[in-house]
Amino acid sequence: MSANMSVNMKQSGSAGASGAAASGAAAAAGSGSQQIKWTARNLPEQEHFYGHKACGGCGESLALRLALKVLGPDAYLSLPAGCMAAVSFIYPNMAFRNNAIITPFASTAAVATGVAAGLKALGKADPLSVAFAGDGGTADIGIQALSGAIDRGERFIYICTDNEAYMNTGIQKSGLTPFGAATTTTPAGKVIHGSITEKKNMFEIVAAHGIRYAATASMGYLEDFMNKVQKAKDCGGPSYIHVFAPCPTGWGHGSEETLAVAKQVVDSGLWYLAEFEGGEFRLNRNPETFIPVRDYLKRQARFKHLQDADIAEIERLRDAKWQYLRSHWTV
Amino acid sequence: MKDFIKSPVPPFRRLADLPVGSSLRSFHVVEGNAAWRVFRPLIDHARCVKCHRCYLVCPDAAIHIEDAAAGAAAGKRFIIDYEFCKGCGLCAYECKPGAISMVKEAADE
Amino acid sequence: MSEAAFLNGNEAIAYGVKLCRPDVIAAYPITPQTKAVEKLSQFVQDGEMATQYMHVESEHSAMACSIGASAVGARTFTATSSQGLLYMAECLPYASGARLPIVMMNANRSIATPWNIYGDQMDVMFVLNAGWVQLFVENGQEALDMVIQSYRLAEDTRVMAPVMLNIDGFVLTHTYEKVLIPDQADVDAWLPRLQVQEHMMQDNNPMSMCITAGNAHNMEFKVRQHQDLLRAEALLEEVDASFAAAFGRSWKGAVDAYRCDDAELILLTTGSVSGTARVVVDELRAAGRRVGLLKLRLVRPFPAARVAEVLRGARAVGVFDKNISFGYEGTIYTNVNSALLQHGCTAPTMNFIGGLGGRDVSRGDLVAAFDRLQLLADGAGAGASGIDRVQYLGMRCEA
Repeated sequence: MSANMSVNMKQSGSAGASGAAASGAAAAAGSGSQQIKWTARNLPEQEHFYGHKACGGCGESLALRLALKVLGPDAYLSLPAGCMAAVSFIYPNMAFRNNAIITPFASTAAVATGVAAGLKALGKADPLSVAFAGDGGTADIGIQALSGAIDRGERFIYICTDNEAYMNTGIQKSGLTPFGAATTTTPAGKVIHGSITEKKNMFEIVAAHGIRYAATASMGYLEDFMNKVQKAKDCGGPSYIHVFAPCPTGWGHGSEETLAVAKQVVDSGLWYLAEFEGGEFRLNRNPETFIPVRDYLKRQARFKHLQDADIAEIERLRDAKWQYLRSHWTV
Repeated sequence: MKDFIKSPVPPFRRLADLPVGSSLRSFHVVEGNAAWRVFRPLIDHARCVKCHRCYLVCPDAAIHIEDAAAGAAAGKRFIIDYEFCKGCGLCAYECKPGAISMVKEAADE
Repeated sequence: MSEAAFLNGNEAIAYGVKLCRPDVIAAYPITPQTKAVEKLSQFVQDGEMATQYMHVESEHSAMACSIGASAVGARTFTATSSQGLLYMAECLPYASGARLPIVMMNANRSIATPWNIYGDQMDVMFVLNAGWVQLFVENGQEALDMVIQSYRLAEDTRVMAPVMLNIDGFVLTHTYEKVLIPDQADVDAWLPRLQVQEHMMQDNNPMSMCITAGNAHNMEFKVRQHQDLLRAEALLEEVDASFAAAFGRSWKGAVDAYRCDDAELILLTTGSVSGTARVVVDELRAAGRRVGLLKLRLVRPFPAARVAEVLRGARAVGVFDKNISFGYEGTIYTNVNSALLQHGCTAPTMNFIGGLGGRDVSRGDLVAAFDRLQLLADGAGAGASGIDRVQYLGMRCEA
């Protein structure tokens, strides 16, 4: 752990001040094997993702940027066709510092585990293969490869950045589009008012594989997200993080509101922060009261067509889910 | 500190100038994103409390931490890379003391 | 010293792969390739191969895992057939565009619908455009030897392209013959370890792979890939000559011309039919007819000049296709005709489509083919009054 920190400090060159901060954090965390708790102040300063062409305020791009600060320059990245690949690999602009490969859309987890197997076969000590994929590439077209990859048990990290639609192709509905959302293939029409299906529960699907470590996260809770990335890195087997990452362009809110929206989805109970570890589910946050879902929904153009009855239904679904969570999961 | 530098545009006179396969060296960016901006963020360093939030939340990594000049009490300054800032406004929105304001870019810039 | 064994084609492939010491194997079963991946798993689980054996969950993932492994410099093998080949089809130009030296065995099998598990060459014809080197073998010995040659060819920096090794389903995969298995030390000496190439992902020189090239650059990327693939023809000759020197067997490179020098009628074949054709040529020659066989081993890159050179002197040329392109003709026929036209060869040509869905191709069928070629050579033209240029062999009812 501390060896990892010192490598990053050397590369960033600003050994003085940030070094003091980093070793302070390490000391605070205890002995060398203790987990570092990441904050804005002790993150390695080195950037691994620069000059990309994502929309201003893109939640997904911030998720990648921060995850890579935790994972370091030695991680080998696999990304499918999607926004992050589309904005980071256009010849001659390559925005990642890390080794990185775009994968066919359906096969991010397959390529990532092929990378892991290849590095292991070549004798690399402790190879770190990391996949970043969106909701479509994970829950729909990519779910088969993800399932097989977890089943095979190679050590790799899979981070799903969930912006609840196929954004790169123009905001079409995916399996993770929530009930009520307008997308370009579930528009708020005269007869059908947006998406009529609920989100597929990828976190629980992945957990059902008996995965070593899985977690939900949100860009509204950045330290929680970064620390979960660290846990995934340390768990020694397959791991999965599902991070809620708003898309200002697709959701119809201001580019400056991305993190506020991502906080509201958690505070309203429409998204939960949880972990699956040692075969058990644990809620990280169990709010006594939720903020009104209306506050979260109505600031986004994709929900502006919702009527009171739709919002009531959304609340009913939320309440049913939380009743289940509170009675079955460790709180 | 900012350790990112742009790369020159690669030559393109013959097929052999292209890389083998569909590969190129990582961290090789030839152009910035400044032209995207409608508003630009301005940091009031006097109001800044060095919380590191703006640096943390920029999706483009366009805010760097510099050590202040020798002798300064606090030790850090937050500097915006205007070549890559897209003007999304997240830094200003997330800054609790309100030390960052979004100012319209001049028409001829 | 080589060891002699009685092997089926799948086993021959497996022994060839074992000798090449792949770092990663990605395996998904499909008839008639199953015994190859099973044999390889036996080697691995007996501790005879130090290979990462990935039990993938589909053929698409078999190729995707192969791409991941090859992209970091691991020597990689996978195998498929038919429906599996088509399922992974989008990954094939993906790998070739990325210049990844994957070797894949394709057990040629028919394509649904209707379903059929037996051998024909419908499957590979769909993917000829994918940028892979395409090789075809006639028997089990050639299958084993060509695995070893394929890695040497794929990993040559002047080629650096994936290679598909086509072996006829059931006819070769499941029939037994005496095969010589080269000595491991001899293969180690002839086939060096794959070095991590500059365009691959690596620790001390991070690379971005499988990037996007927009309309300002894409055409040049594609043309460059095509021109680089063309080099594989000459390099196959080099590899074959070197293999012959080391192991005592030459398979004649891109084109194996058998008794073609003074032939009036030449039949061109790919795969196991070549063996039957060889016997028929010898029988007809013994009866005084001047016939020859052009066994086409390399289909991509297409050895157009070499094919034209062999066929130039014939009075009629027949092309056997174990496939059909619905709405047109056999695909090898289309390829050959283009080569002959480009090189100014005027011999009339005829297509013989046979063997679809595992239909046997008999010596009688090939004798009949030569008889029809004779009619063509003797002046029978095309059209209503002439002889059809696209013929079918072995049909059970009128076409």
